[in-house]
Amino acid sequence: MSRKSPPRRKNWTWRSQALRGLVYQFFAIGAVALGVWWLAGNTMHNMQVRGIQSGFDFLARPAGFDIGESLYAFDSNHPYWQAFLVGLTNTLRVAVIGIILTTVLGVLLGVGRFSRNALVRGLCYAYVEFFRNVPVLLQLLMWYVFFTEALPAAAQAWTLGPLFLSKGGLSFPIPVWETGHLWGLYGLIAGAALAFAYRRWAFRRFEATGRPRSLFWVPLGLLFAMGALGWATGGAPAHFVVPVRGEFAIEEGGSLTPEFMAVLLGLSIYTAAFVAEVVRAGIQSVARGQGEAAAAIGLSQTQSMRLVQLPQALRVIIPPLTNQYLNLTKNSSLAVAIGYPDVVSIANTALNQTGRAVECIAIVMLVYLTTSLATSIFMNWYNVRAAIKER
Amino acid sequence: MKFSTMRLAAAAFTGMGVLLAGPAQAGKTLDAVKARGQIVCGVSTGLAGFSQADSNGKWSGLDVDVCRALAAALFNDPEKVKYVPLSAPQRFTALQSGEVDVLPRNTTFTLTRDASLGLSATVVNYYDGQGFMVPVKTKLKSAKQLKGQTVCVQSGTTTEKNLADFSKANNLNIKPVVFDKLEAANAAYFSGRCVAYTTDASGLASIRAKEAKDPKEHLVLPDLISKEPLGPMVRRGDDEWFAIVKWVMYGMLEAEEYGVTQANVDQMKASSADPVVMRLLGGGNEDTGKLLGLDKDWMTRAIKAVGNYGESFERNVGAKSAVNLPRGLNNLWNKGGLMYAYPIR
Ligand SMILES: N[C@@H](CCC(=O)N[C@@H](CS)C(=O)NCC(=O)O)C(=O)O
Repeated sequence: MSRKSPPRRKNWTWRSQALRGLVYQFFAIGAVALGVWWLAGNTMHNMQVRGIQSGFDFLARPAGFDIGESLYAFDSNHPYWQAFLVGLTNTLRVAVIGIILTTVLGVLLGVGRFSRNALVRGLCYAYVEFFRNVPVLLQLLMWYVFFTEALPAAAQAWTLGPLFLSKGGLSFPIPVWETGHLWGLYGLIAGAALAFAYRRWAFRRFEATGRPRSLFWVPLGLLFAMGALGWATGGAPAHFVVPVRGEFAIEEGGSLTPEFMAVLLGLSIYTAAFVAEVVRAGIQSVARGQGEAAAAIGLSQTQSMRLVQLPQALRVIIPPLTNQYLNLTKNSSLAVAIGYPDVVSIANTALNQTGRAVECIAIVMLVYLTTSLATSIFMNWYNVRAAIKER
Repeated sequence: MKFSTMRLAAAAFTGMGVLLAGPAQAGKTLDAVKARGQIVCGVSTGLAGFSQADSNGKWSGLDVDVCRALAAALFNDPEKVKYVPLSAPQRFTALQSGEVDVLPRNTTFTLTRDASLGLSATVVNYYDGQGFMVPVKTKLKSAKQLKGQTVCVQSGTTTEKNLADFSKANNLNIKPVVFDKLEAANAAYFSGRCVAYTTDASGLASIRAKEAKDPKEHLVLPDLISKEPLGPMVRRGDDEWFAIVKWVMYGMLEAEEYGVTQANVDQMKASSADPVVMRLLGGGNEDTGKLLGLDKDWMTRAIKAVGNYGESFERNVGAKSAVNLPRGLNNLWNKGGLMYAYPIR
């Protein structure tokens, strides 16, 4: 493709295509805007006539309800906007962790479809066909029923060391914060810097000498070694709040509720089936010759996949992968069916408490719109980075 | 300023605009109902004793009787009702948008609902309070022992707020698990996810009687943590329709107070010497119905269809029904309860 062709100059005469296009677009946008304006006005007029109060002023009033789980302390006399914030963080918690889980699982499954082992291939195939063909809401309910019906009550909780698994969820010890931990943190930061420097050095050595060095394990080791060193310097604080069996529930310690786990597992497992297909298609799109060439220069099968095929497949994978990430985030709104307090659930409660239906739905729409756009922007940036650099 | 932000927000969902863009005719519900030949009645999705459909799709319950009495008063046929089952979060929108004409759906009258939703509270048909149900095996005796525990609730109810108030006032740090559907909340409680279930005490009694595998394994705790006056709501701004709903309900109370029953209504009408009864039933030259835009036999028909309030109560939720609720506060004012009809005259 020649980059030299001169840019097409637009011809702004009356009767030119460019001008006509602009005029049509202007009218089309104008008509839509008018339509929306009219409908909005109509809605508001009707609401006023019927004595339905409206406005966003309620956001500053105390919410008056409690929220079962939240990442920061929420109290019923905090204002509504903070309740929405709790809902938002709960939604993001599921979305972010879900996206990571689904990516790992999906890539493994997608790559597994090319395994030389027929059993692995078959299992990956069966997984994809099962999980992508059962409606996701059903899967969420299935997981929730599993957690609440199949697991034992708190008094008979399954235990594994300090872990407890019961109808009440998964309880685990959490470290008590001490100043010594700060040293651990410093160690981690130093480790990250070292790991980064090492990678650059190793990469340059590789380019110069062709001798490969581990770009993964060594930096990871550095990171953790420095973290551990810092922690030891800080006096190796190791106090944990350990969960204990209460009368009706496991008390103390940290815990993941069955609602959270059901949403997270349900969404990740469902979406992973789609991601697997995306990954498979991506790998298939890489010309066969690439794999053969990799073999010819002596790369092992794993190396060929990791160093030659996957990086090229990435170009094809990223755009549809973005779609799957967006789907996962949006599907998290189904969480309300199993009692997880995501932003939709909070909005539902707020809506019913205040009667401000239009406003609450607007907020929910805004939340999903912004998170989706942010995801898209990030993935587009990544896509540009991963694109083949043509020289 | 407020107008424009609102308009901007509203612009986001043209869909909503369409929904609310239906005819906004105040004062015309009666005409619409008559033209349709049917009342559209918003009820719960299934709460035994209050509103529940049987396997043939026939609805019954204390709330359903309000619809039946209205239909009888209007059309001389209690079956001329279309029931729209509504979950707690759906109900007010359905009434606001005109999807239903009246909402007898164990709905608590509160200031916010009365003043800001464009709705009006008519007459209480069940005085209730919020309670807690726990499995007997927990050996819990009071809601105050629920410190730090999980409690299942349905969203879109007054319940969530009361629970938070109660938890705060008693420093209990209760963790709610909130479901938007009744069945989901029920299932979660019965699976053992929550230590307790909270809603109106009447709702608890109904759920215990009808949804529990063995009702004897569950106990409704004695604590009542709120006032829940339940009754039908109508759209605001339609005074005629408001009055009809209100007075049909008062009529049922008045009938009980004066001993008019489903069985004796014809005979009373023909032979009662009590002017109150004559006014209620349109006997002699009395015609109270006319003032409401109905005819003189309005209450005779309503009582023939569902009986007086006491009969409706006993049949649906009383001691001989499965729900087995005591009459308590819902007894007549002269029998120690709160039920007090304005005079029909
Ligand atoms: N009285 C309360 C609660 C009413 C309510 O909706 N209760 C639930 C639980 S008993 C119910 O009836 N649900 C039936 C349904 O959603 O169909 C209110 O008006 O907010």
